[in-house]
Amino acid sequence: MTVAGIDGSMAHLSDSVFTTAIAIYALAMVGYTAEYAFSRKVRALETPRAAAPARERELVGAGGPPISPPGPSVPPAVSVPSGKRTVADRIGRWSVVLTVLGAVVHTVSIAIRAIAVDAVPWSNMYEFASVAGLIGVVAFLGVLWKAPSIRQLGAAVLLPVVVMMFLAGTVLYSQAQPLVPALQSYWLAIHVTLAAFSEGALMTSAVLTILYLVKQHVDRSSAKPGYRPGAIGNLAQRLPSAATLDKVSYRIVAFAFPLYTVGIICGAIWAEAAWGRYWGWDPKETWAFIVWVVYACYLHARATAGWRGRIAAWINVAGFAAITFNFFVVNIVVSGLHSYAGLS
Amino acid sequence: MSARTIARAAWRPALMAWRRLTSMRTALILLFLLALAAVPGSLLPQESLNPTKVSAYIKSHGAWGRFLGHIGAYDVFGSVWFAAIYLLLFVSLIGCLIPRIRVHVRALRRRPLAAPRNLDRLPENGSFETSASPEEYSAAARQVFGRRWRVERREEPSGALTLSAEKGYSRETGNILFHVALLAGLILIAVGRFYSYQGSIIVTQGTGFCNTVSQYDSWKPGRLAAEGKVRPAPFCLTLNKFTATYTSENEAKNFAAAVTYQSDATSTVDHHDTIKVNHPLRLEGDRVYLIGHGFTPVLTVHMPDGTVRTDTPNYVPEDPTTYLSQGVSKLQASKGANNDIGISGIFAPTAEDQGNGLITSISPRPSKPELSIFVYQGNLNYTGIPVSVYTLDTSKMHKIGAANLVPGQTVHLKNGVSVRFDGWKPWASIQVSHDPTQGYLLIVAVAMVVGLFGSLAVRRRRLWVRITPSGAGTAGSPTVVSVGGLARSDTGNFTAEFAALLERLTAAAPAAPAVELPVDDTVGAGRE
Repeated sequence: MTVAGIDGSMAHLSDSVFTTAIAIYALAMVGYTAEYAFSRKVRALETPRAAAPARERELVGAGGPPISPPGPSVPPAVSVPSGKRTVADRIGRWSVVLTVLGAVVHTVSIAIRAIAVDAVPWSNMYEFASVAGLIGVVAFLGVLWKAPSIRQLGAAVLLPVVVMMFLAGTVLYSQAQPLVPALQSYWLAIHVTLAAFSEGALMTSAVLTILYLVKQHVDRSSAKPGYRPGAIGNLAQRLPSAATLDKVSYRIVAFAFPLYTVGIICGAIWAEAAWGRYWGWDPKETWAFIVWVVYACYLHARATAGWRGRIAAWINVAGFAAITFNFFVVNIVVSGLHSYAGLS
Repeated sequence: MSARTIARAAWRPALMAWRRLTSMRTALILLFLLALAAVPGSLLPQESLNPTKVSAYIKSHGAWGRFLGHIGAYDVFGSVWFAAIYLLLFVSLIGCLIPRIRVHVRALRRRPLAAPRNLDRLPENGSFETSASPEEYSAAARQVFGRRWRVERREEPSGALTLSAEKGYSRETGNILFHVALLAGLILIAVGRFYSYQGSIIVTQGTGFCNTVSQYDSWKPGRLAAEGKVRPAPFCLTLNKFTATYTSENEAKNFAAAVTYQSDATSTVDHHDTIKVNHPLRLEGDRVYLIGHGFTPVLTVHMPDGTVRTDTPNYVPEDPTTYLSQGVSKLQASKGANNDIGISGIFAPTAEDQGNGLITSISPRPSKPELSIFVYQGNLNYTGIPVSVYTLDTSKMHKIGAANLVPGQTVHLKNGVSVRFDGWKPWASIQVSHDPTQGYLLIVAVAMVVGLFGSLAVRRRRLWVRITPSGAGTAGSPTVVSVGGLARSDTGNFTAEFAALLERLTAAAPAAPAVELPVDDTVGAGRE
């Protein structure tokens, strides 16, 4: 089926590339899980691992996602005595390579979709989910660059991305369409990009926060006498320290929250031009407000004695739950002015 | 038992209450409540967004629906409890902000603190030796700190020089800026609610309106506009032509309303402009928006009393994708009882016959327009109460015929009645908004963002350098420099930051001497 103003073959190509990206991510997930399974016997994993191989760095560069420039000195893989590299370690490394490859392929699929619709490719739920998922992966890779020890979390970070992309490709999928008049504005590029970037990053922060809660729970119960680690206990032993997880997830929020704020303000400016008022408590606006307030709570809680740590972490999780609600329920169930889901 | 004792007895609990209200804990709980209170505003139908949905909801939910109405659940953002939460938050914020501003101003004026005695007890520390004299090295170290650090030099009784360096003051400045801007924004929003107004009207192509309350179909005034203290700007506007363009798939591509306006009712100077979706017409103080569009069939009706009437009823789109529209004509007879004509019609932009005489529309593009009508004769307004122009009460009327008409077609009915479908015109729904505060609000929003970036990105750091001269008498022994650092917020990678700085501080110093150099104190002082 062809739609006027749409390059049908390009749209098809984008879809296949998108599916390929899901497959690569899934494979990387299998890899991370395998790394976990094979490294069962290894207990002393608290020491930070050597950074990913240099080759992977080139791939990141080629893909073009905004990753922090090479740090002061990342020790090249060669410096690690080869005898120390276990099977699990190798699988882990290859999983990172696969994740980067997946991100590159994913970027290509979005770029092709952009060419097909001749506009920014995030005007409906499918496209938005795809972009936010990519940002989640890129945020994870960015954190991995700085703190290689979080590599073991790969599967946990990729899981929501793969689930969301699967939903995007099936339930939320919509044909490439030209933009309706209301969306024909440069604010689409600015407002929705900021929303996708910040929400993708906040997703990664939420995953790290959940792992923080797990780690913290295990830390506390393992201090009790007669503690025998179960499956979760085993997993938690290999996680980075609770303090690291907490710090990294905070840093992501500290980065994403201002972006989200700018995104809301740009949305208000656009609403003023399109609907005649900058704010009107449309359901989407209301939930953007709720999400913003919850993350504001998180930032304050983290600076308040007695709320720091576990309570703050739960607030972070609640914030992401609100984002999820805003995306799925408000788009699909609640009707409002932001009805661009592309579902019928 | 004096008045003072009583006053103090009353003062104490008041002070306690104030402290509790302005504590971070309370602010956090209020913030949470604010988020929670907003939820029903998105899930229940709201009076401000869709009043018809609200009444439908109340009707279908009985006592529960009425109860929700009583507690203001259909107007959450105007309700007492929502206002209570944000006003308390407002007060709590002011109470928290004032002491913080005071403390910060003091910190800004104060010189960086003197070095603690043992720098090696600080979380980050290091030391090295240099051949430079303390004076020389303190000048070199200042260079290393550059302009981002505030540096204070002190001399200790022992003869050692210390440098106290601090940076990241703008973190708290940003924090305060954000919160002050937030408060200013809330005040501006409240002021805007007083001075604003919004009117909307349906304008058929070729006609116009003036910006006066009586002409609007819907009028939402702010407090002062409702009291007549804010008067709508006196401009008049005519819709010359409404154009909708479609893709070959009949998806809407573009809407444009070409208009002519005069800046006030008596002015004869015409201005021309085109209003599009996302591109309102911005007049001084007022913005004119193109909100929607529809179709207006043009009908010529021969009435039972022998007169000929032309009617142009605005039909309302029922289906947003096909623009199948519905509307009514009400033609009051000039003489005779039961001679009124009522027409209820359905307009299909691109008609498709459903086979049973009914039509539907398959596209919003008016490429094959058709009008399906039911014609009634009788008494239109027997109650005398004004009724909506979009509904037809046929209880005192009887049907005299029905027809599907294409443009130019006429249907002849009994009693000499005939209806001719002459064609159609587009109508545009125009909204006029006025809010003098929104420009200022944008400035405030920008200030909020600047403050937010500052408060989350800037890091507060303290550093001390102690430069101890070579031991008295033991000429040639090197100057000892010890450095200690402290992260006052967002530790981040302070260890790495400190290491890098220590490296630069070390590099700025000539290495410990291999050869003894004559040290010229006056030169060192002169450099200072």
